[in-house]
Amino acid sequence: MSEIFDVCVVGAGHAGCEAALACARLGLKTIIFTVSIDSIALMPCNPNIGGSSKGHLVREIDALGGEMGINIDKTFIQSKMLNKSKGPAVHSLRAQADKQEYSRSMRKVLENQDNLIVKQAEVTDLIIDEGKVTGVKIGSGLSYSAKAVVLCTGTYLKARCLCGEAINYTGPNGLQPANYLSDSLRAAGIELQRFKTGTPARMDKRTIDFSKMEEQFGDDRVIPFSFTTDPDTVQIEQDSCWLTYTNDKTHEIIRNNLDRSPIYAGVIEGTGPRYCPSIEDKVVKFSDKDRHQVFIEPEGRHTNEMYVGGMSSSLPEDVQVEMYHTVPGLENARIVRNAYAIEYDCIKPDQLKPTLEFKKVSGLFSAGQFNGSSGYEEAAAQGILAGINAAMHCLGKDCIILDRSNSYIGVLVDDLVTKDITEPYRMMTSRSEFRLLLRQDNADLRLTSIGHDVGLISRERYDHLIEKERLISEETDRVSTVYLGANERVNSFLRDHGSTPLISGSSLIELIKRPELTYDDLAPLDDDRPNLPLEVRDQVNINIKYDGYIKRQIRQVEQYKKTENKKIPESIDYSKVKSLRIEAVQKLTKFRPLSIGQASRISGVTPADISVLLVYLERFDHKQD
Amino acid sequence: MQDSTICAISTGLTSSGIGIVRISGHKAFSIIKKIFKTKKDIDITEGESHKAYYGHIISGREVIDEVIVLIMKGPHTYTTEDTVEINCHGGVAVMKKVLDLVVRSGARIAEPGEFTKRAYLNGRIDLSRAEAVMDLISSKNEMALKNSVKLLDGGLYEKIRDMRDMILEHTAYIEAALDDPEHYSLDSYGDKILPDVDKIISDVDNLLKTFDNGRIITEGIRTVIVGKPNVGKSTLLNILSGSEKAIVTDIPGTTRDYLEEEINLDGITLNLVDTAGIRQANDEVERIGVERSFENMESADLVIYVVDLSVPLDDNDEKIMSSISGRKSIVLLNKSDLETRINIEYIKARFDNILIISAKEHKGTDELKKMIRDMFFNGELSFNDEICITNLRQKNLLSDALESLHLVRQSVHDGMPEDFFSIDLLNAYNSLGFIIGESVESDLIDEIFEKFCMGK
Repeated sequence: MSEIFDVCVVGAGHAGCEAALACARLGLKTIIFTVSIDSIALMPCNPNIGGSSKGHLVREIDALGGEMGINIDKTFIQSKMLNKSKGPAVHSLRAQADKQEYSRSMRKVLENQDNLIVKQAEVTDLIIDEGKVTGVKIGSGLSYSAKAVVLCTGTYLKARCLCGEAINYTGPNGLQPANYLSDSLRAAGIELQRFKTGTPARMDKRTIDFSKMEEQFGDDRVIPFSFTTDPDTVQIEQDSCWLTYTNDKTHEIIRNNLDRSPIYAGVIEGTGPRYCPSIEDKVVKFSDKDRHQVFIEPEGRHTNEMYVGGMSSSLPEDVQVEMYHTVPGLENARIVRNAYAIEYDCIKPDQLKPTLEFKKVSGLFSAGQFNGSSGYEEAAAQGILAGINAAMHCLGKDCIILDRSNSYIGVLVDDLVTKDITEPYRMMTSRSEFRLLLRQDNADLRLTSIGHDVGLISRERYDHLIEKERLISEETDRVSTVYLGANERVNSFLRDHGSTPLISGSSLIELIKRPELTYDDLAPLDDDRPNLPLEVRDQVNINIKYDGYIKRQIRQVEQYKKTENKKIPESIDYSKVKSLRIEAVQKLTKFRPLSIGQASRISGVTPADISVLLVYLERFDHKQD
Repeated sequence: MQDSTICAISTGLTSSGIGIVRISGHKAFSIIKKIFKTKKDIDITEGESHKAYYGHIISGREVIDEVIVLIMKGPHTYTTEDTVEINCHGGVAVMKKVLDLVVRSGARIAEPGEFTKRAYLNGRIDLSRAEAVMDLISSKNEMALKNSVKLLDGGLYEKIRDMRDMILEHTAYIEAALDDPEHYSLDSYGDKILPDVDKIISDVDNLLKTFDNGRIITEGIRTVIVGKPNVGKSTLLNILSGSEKAIVTDIPGTTRDYLEEEINLDGITLNLVDTAGIRQANDEVERIGVERSFENMESADLVIYVVDLSVPLDDNDEKIMSSISGRKSIVLLNKSDLETRINIEYIKARFDNILIISAKEHKGTDELKKMIRDMFFNGELSFNDEICITNLRQKNLLSDALESLHLVRQSVHDGMPEDFFSIDLLNAYNSLGFIIGESVESDLIDEIFEKFCMGK
């Protein structure tokens, strides 16, 4: 006898929380399993949310109706807009979180969510019937029926933590691992691989000499992550972070002890990420650098623990102590928790559709590190998408696909399901070819209507969006009709703002396009300007200022959409496509792309292959008639 | 319905100088209106379909060629789209100019097999031919790929690769700094990047000029002379070129061991390549020379294999014979003035076109010319029109790269933030990559991780 649910979510990390909340909020009877209720929305590594391109993801999650942005707005202790001197496409919010508060606050949201049951148990088996998932079994032997299952197991599958010679078969932070599910997945024909990641040590604040470090402050005016957060509520007193550096001595100690590092000794099987190398890797790979940055960041307000950013390691404890003590300010620091590396099972994500449902198993979805990604934000981003689609699956509606032209989430998912993922995947702005359009400031304009169509965005919020769109477009139109004469009033204003005076009349738009001026700056010259909210003024400014670049990218998107809209039938047998090269047949058969656009991004598939495929598809269409 | 308008030279580029530039797509008529003038200056696209008009192709005030233009309105055309055929008379160089003008007026160079593909996609060709279309596309592409490799000899490949390396390096730095602003600074990076951008701009400019002068590629039947050392290959080259008073052009940028000359044989253009003698090489330089000889054979439309009949055949001859079997070839048994020490029957059994000559005494060279002429006019021998097309496609890509680089420079001058630079840098990187058949894939991400130490 088993209890019946619509959706089972396995794992309550950042992916699992978003997935479960999305399902429950869409009215589905949902249960979320975690090996430890105390580890809901745990941040076992860095104490930040956001950062370059990750901040974009958080904004997008929020625009779709997710929780991460709201939760960090409630629990941050420092916030910064990165790259503020750069173009708007690369502005990125990053907040320091009070880790415990973040986790506690998310737990409260989950526990009080209608339609959602939180349950502490280890899921050991998937129940699959004729290619369809029908439920899960937990450690006690009980089973739960479900129409859809979302796997968000993070780094817990067959997890193994390494700290020098000390090897523990645990999840992060010594938590209980999930040792059985891997076998059940394999039995279902799902291919697994092994990845590795790591985290640095935590220090006792009282033993750190901050006078030897540079203090790093938050922004004077904090901008919230969530579009729903009132900016006035986040102007809190902020905590500082601290910057210090490694030196020759540090590097020498590391080099002398490389043979005791599990990575260099060959003990670690998993593939680690290149973008967040351990300090051992940094010293070996970048031996020409005589120092590396170290950021000392608070873990929260109710603890003395400080995170040592930039020095993750899997060296033995005695080497760690020696190594950290060479860093200015850490000479006498006491380690509260050692740095360690963690290995875990995850899937090869090419087994997923862009909806995050398994190609092989109907109703089975997955998200987060289990899919081969890395990072809290990447996990949450997949979580909300997998959650929405699990719900759509249960409701018998069409699943949604986010694409490269509307979101970083789309880029993330497309990369995961289309590329060979051989290391934990991290988001970067350079991965997005249309990034001028996918800004953190316009995530709501891009995605909130999708969130509304799905049912996660309220009518009120949607109406606000429509109104915002109207104001932006009206004001952009109005500004384009404003002309200024080359008179003394205008020219003295320009001189005061370090801008070249006019010789003949000019449109206001031309002045806004000057690098030294903005839409807001020019208010005194614009007599009929209406009083508009900041969020509208920002969009008007960006639209005008970067008009040429934006238009070019819009044209590129139009090209992209054409191939994206050309769908490939799921039943296609590539081996029957005459003249297709063998390599292309193999790759296409493996990835089973949904569209011609996706097919063209698979490495090893040439434009000629695509041409051949198009001709074949045309014939296929006729046959269907 | 396809949205782009395509064009190509749809006849082989014969030396007679008559050929057709074909344009297909919704812009075909507007393009021809821009570049074609009749005496009475009438709007030829207004008249009835499938009608021919006499006039001139003009670019600005310059008259490029005297032509007949055929206007064909869709759907009653091969592709079912509006189609224009320009019958050119001014020879290969002029035809290229016309095609170039068509491209500048809004068409793009057709992909291999694209006219037929469109005909099919627009329902013009029935289903039973679909597979033939697919075959055509894949074989034409293979040919185009070979051609582009052929064209990229002579340092062009290296030049483009160097430019790409430089672009990638800057892009990776900018992207690393954007990703990890606390580690890497972009202060005054615009000033830093400008000299390099200017350098690449001038390099691309120079390459484009070379394309315009037609010096990177000469159209003609690529005829490669091979054989062991001292069999009389160079004598042959001198005879063939000298006696015809042909225009001889050295290909620039050669530190190479083979020599190319363009000759005109009774109106047929031959692109003659004299290669290093093939034997077991003693040193590295010679080994490379021999390797190149084999590479040249690979890309030949016609191979002339010269054998010294006074020296017995050996392993080297076997090697040559096996690599030219199946190719269009002529075997010259040279030095008929000396005593024959080879088994002529053995060669006759393997090759059809065999001549016994004495290059030194000018005996048999007229027969050789006749043989080449006959092969050409029998249609046995033709040169590959894809070369010209590939060439133009590459030129367009170079222009695209140039445009992107100018945009980078503009962004720097306008004081735009650095993230705008990398967008156009990457576009230039892509365009250059297509020329040498490489796409971005994960180059940028790899470069970032390779060169920059980032992360928590």
